[in-house]
Amino acid sequence: MDALRANLPPLSLHVPEPKFRPGDEADFSDVDVPPAGSARRPDTADKADSFHELAYTLVRVLDENGQAVGPWDPKLDPETLRKMLRSMALTRAFDERMFRAQRQGKTSFYMKSTGEEAVSVAAAMAMAFDDMCFPSYRQQGILITRGYPLVDMMNQIYSNSADPLQGRQLPIMYSAKDHGFFSISGNLTTQYPQAVGWAMASAAKGDTRIAATWCGDGSTAEGDFHSAMIFATVYKAPVILNVVNNQWAISSFSGFAGAEATTFAARAIGYGIAGLRVDGNDALAVYAATQWAAERARTNQGPTLIEHFTYRTEGHSTSDDPTAYRSAGEPTAWPLGDPIRRLRDHLIALGEWDEERQAAMDRECAEDVKRAQKDAEKNGILGHGMHQPFETMFEGVFEEIPWHLKEQQQQMIAERKAAGI
Amino acid sequence: MNMIQAINSAMDVMMERDPNMVVMGEDVGYFGGVFRATAGLQAKYGKTRAFDTPITEIGIIGVAIGMGAYGLRPVPEIQFADYIYPALDQLVSEAARLRYRSNGDFTAPITVRSPYGGGIFGGQTHSQSPEGIFTHVSGIKTVIPSTPYDAKGLLIAAIEDNDPVLFLEPKRIYNGPFDGHYDRPARNWTAHPASEVPAGHYRVELGKAATVRAGEAVTILCYGTMVHVVASTVEELGIDAEIIDLRTLVPLDIDAIEASVKKTGRCMIVHEATRTSGFGAELTALVQERCFYHLEAPIERVTGFDTPYPHSLEWAYFPGPVRIGEALKKILKD
Repeated sequence: MDALRANLPPLSLHVPEPKFRPGDEADFSDVDVPPAGSARRPDTADKADSFHELAYTLVRVLDENGQAVGPWDPKLDPETLRKMLRSMALTRAFDERMFRAQRQGKTSFYMKSTGEEAVSVAAAMAMAFDDMCFPSYRQQGILITRGYPLVDMMNQIYSNSADPLQGRQLPIMYSAKDHGFFSISGNLTTQYPQAVGWAMASAAKGDTRIAATWCGDGSTAEGDFHSAMIFATVYKAPVILNVVNNQWAISSFSGFAGAEATTFAARAIGYGIAGLRVDGNDALAVYAATQWAAERARTNQGPTLIEHFTYRTEGHSTSDDPTAYRSAGEPTAWPLGDPIRRLRDHLIALGEWDEERQAAMDRECAEDVKRAQKDAEKNGILGHGMHQPFETMFEGVFEEIPWHLKEQQQQMIAERKAAGI
Repeated sequence: MNMIQAINSAMDVMMERDPNMVVMGEDVGYFGGVFRATAGLQAKYGKTRAFDTPITEIGIIGVAIGMGAYGLRPVPEIQFADYIYPALDQLVSEAARLRYRSNGDFTAPITVRSPYGGGIFGGQTHSQSPEGIFTHVSGIKTVIPSTPYDAKGLLIAAIEDNDPVLFLEPKRIYNGPFDGHYDRPARNWTAHPASEVPAGHYRVELGKAATVRAGEAVTILCYGTMVHVVASTVEELGIDAEIIDLRTLVPLDIDAIEASVKKTGRCMIVHEATRTSGFGAELTALVQERCFYHLEAPIERVTGFDTPYPHSLEWAYFPGPVRIGEALKKILKD
């Protein structure tokens, strides 16, 4: 037996490696970018197995000249396009300011969504206001699009006296039920089966609302992703399952989530779920795909998985330094460009926008954010002591405070009193 | 009723009263559950209220949480408590924390039913008692009945409760009480007074223990199957023990425990679960803190050993009459 084995070639273990590391020149010329307008748009009543090719291409609407082309053009009116542009710009301005607030020590933590604004903003615009979103931590654009007050987002980030979550949650883990925004958890992809459950409940009650959820490319590796896909397909849940493929999960490139072998959209095929792969930096493509998936869901055609092909332009979080693991040139070399610039160019090409109005809007967004920040800081910033009475930490664990928590609460009050604080 | 029928009746009563209540899990729909706990519910309430699920515990609990967030009142079943671990993240990180982390914006009013415990030759993966894992988690309630009457009343209370509840059902006593004498013929519930179960709605409040037997010599804290094993052993040995069936582990009925131990001056804890960091350790600490000056002997723990649950060696492992008897002699010696 041993003699036989000696004649066999040794096995080798494949450990994926990203194409570029710090110091390398980034070159994405091998990324396949199909021309805008080239993907077909099936009827929303078509069976999922009749358009498998859409999981391997890219649904794109905006071409290199800023024109909207092809069957996926949602043909939005200029007013809607400007609203979309503004929500994206506001999201970026918000991110810039809060990132700086963290660097200034006003809060402990922040996560930007730079370069991914279309994924959340355009999707939120294509859904109804009362459809329930189960986001990850990088879809702040949904809250901004739905008009959630910037100042309340900041109050949460500062854990201050007006924090809607009473200082219990890490910054950016928002919760806003009245804006259809489910409580964000630090545990990745747990929201995926929860969104499916919400959608199943809506269907079971004969409601007309649908659910949508988002996770990153890295998070698709979690078991929750598989469980959600199984439940979604078995019960034809009215849910949109978004995978935001921004190429990176902290320092791990998407190859560690299986991207070397296939697309994330292609995972839908094995489950019998409709799968689309979309240019995530093309707001109109994201809008059109979401609208299409929403229509499928609303007509009981079941779930749709949308892979948003995009790029995480900035670090993972304020605790992350991307220059330690990837080429500094990647963000600019990324072939799908910047989602805000591309939508701006489109509006300009339509004659519905110009550089001056863009500059004015950018100033206005910066002013809005600055004003909100000023208001939020009136309620306190992190590091200026506790902004909530410390005994509130015992509330909300259960509906009513049980004896053991009351006892611990009393103990804490007594300890602090004895210590003179 | 036996315990299965009582549990079934609780769900029937609640599904009748609350159109938002749904039951779900592996084999719970058409088939009515591998232990028959959900028998007849799908036929009566339809497939959208009592349905079979794929075999994924993550999915079952995750989906139930989402349904709860929508406004339903899901009662998911995990077929054996030994198989609850894949769902641990959803239970610990999500269900238990949802109210707290969202400041009441969202809640998880789910009741997770799961058969647990040994004594059935279930081997390693059909015998475990994982309650200590969950009592350690803030934000989740843990309930364990020991009779048909309590099973129905506690399950109704659990379903009506707006917090997530883990409802562990001692499968060894589904069909009849068990005194630990595995070599004697099995009994059914018929002769037991707690098999008298009202057909309609009633509650056994969560957080309240039951004094199964009043006594003066020693307080024995137990729950589930062990209530019957302890009661029978005490009877056989003629010891005047006070037996307290905790019924709810979180929140615990500390007043009942404290009053009893202060009266008897001795405390023994019996559970099937493994010893180290088991719920008995928490009980020991609480009794020690609160009844220190009343204690006349060290607190005794009779528990499963710190090994995986063995198959052929089950009756050496199980905290049966011999082990409980020896511990009683020891604690009463001084």
